[in-house]
Amino acid sequence: MTNTTYTVIFYLFAAITVFSAAFVVFSRNIIYSAFSLLFTFFGVAALYVFLSADFIAVTQVVVYVGGILVLLLFGVMFTNKIMMTELKTEVLNIIPGVLLLFAITGGLIYTFLTRADWFTTANQLQESVVERIGFETMSRYVLPFEMVSILLLLALIGAAFLARFDKPRKMNQK
Amino acid sequence: MESFSTIGLNHYLVISAILFGLGLFAIVTRKNAIVVLMGVELVLNAANINLVAFSKYSGDMEGVMFSLFVIVLAAAEAAIALAIIINIYKTFNTVDVSSIDSMKE
Repeated sequence: MTNTTYTVIFYLFAAITVFSAAFVVFSRNIIYSAFSLLFTFFGVAALYVFLSADFIAVTQVVVYVGGILVLLLFGVMFTNKIMMTELKTEVLNIIPGVLLLFAITGGLIYTFLTRADWFTTANQLQESVVERIGFETMSRYVLPFEMVSILLLLALIGAAFLARFDKPRKMNQK
Repeated sequence: MESFSTIGLNHYLVISAILFGLGLFAIVTRKNAIVVLMGVELVLNAANINLVAFSKYSGDMEGVMFSLFVIVLAAAEAAIALAIIINIYKTFNTVDVSSIDSMKE
């Protein structure tokens, strides 16, 4: 792959990510936002592949697209009476929001590009990192790995407990 | 034009800054709690791009491992937040974050 093709493909995925994220934020329809978020997640996964973190890219697709996005769509359907109301979201404090958007983004980009003096080393990550992720997970990061798995189990049990159908409580009351 | 045609660290940092700003905008301005949650996901994705980019250009694995943990925590956060939103909807019959202003029914 020549350098020009690489650059063009990078800019293509960058544009997909940024524009679909803008559509998520500026669209008034929640369903459109949710489906536009799909393209944002895929674009970010493609950027991970450019950063030679292909395992992270696959995890991104499986967890975000397969899990979180489906959860969000379930949430939209649970919390709106689909047949009765239009799925719209209102906006509030739009002027502070726009100011914050431009101030934060402009400030971050200005700092990243001009003020910060990032180091660049010669030994960048090359090719695939799947094997190195396996080694790191089972050696240096084995304790955080186990802890995060227990945390995820607790969080899912807690979520199922919170969102359960609570008919038994009403039967006890009468 | 050299800085535009050769993809470096700064390109990823700019993308993540834009995603972060958009996510923050969604958190601040939207009334629907689910769209606020989408904004949180955008912010987490922006942070993840930064972590992986710094990991690539410094040549060690800390950023990649940390972004894996961030993805796991994002999944846990989305599940808990949606359970809470469903409970709020059962109680108040709305998910409009500006009209939820009492701690009990």
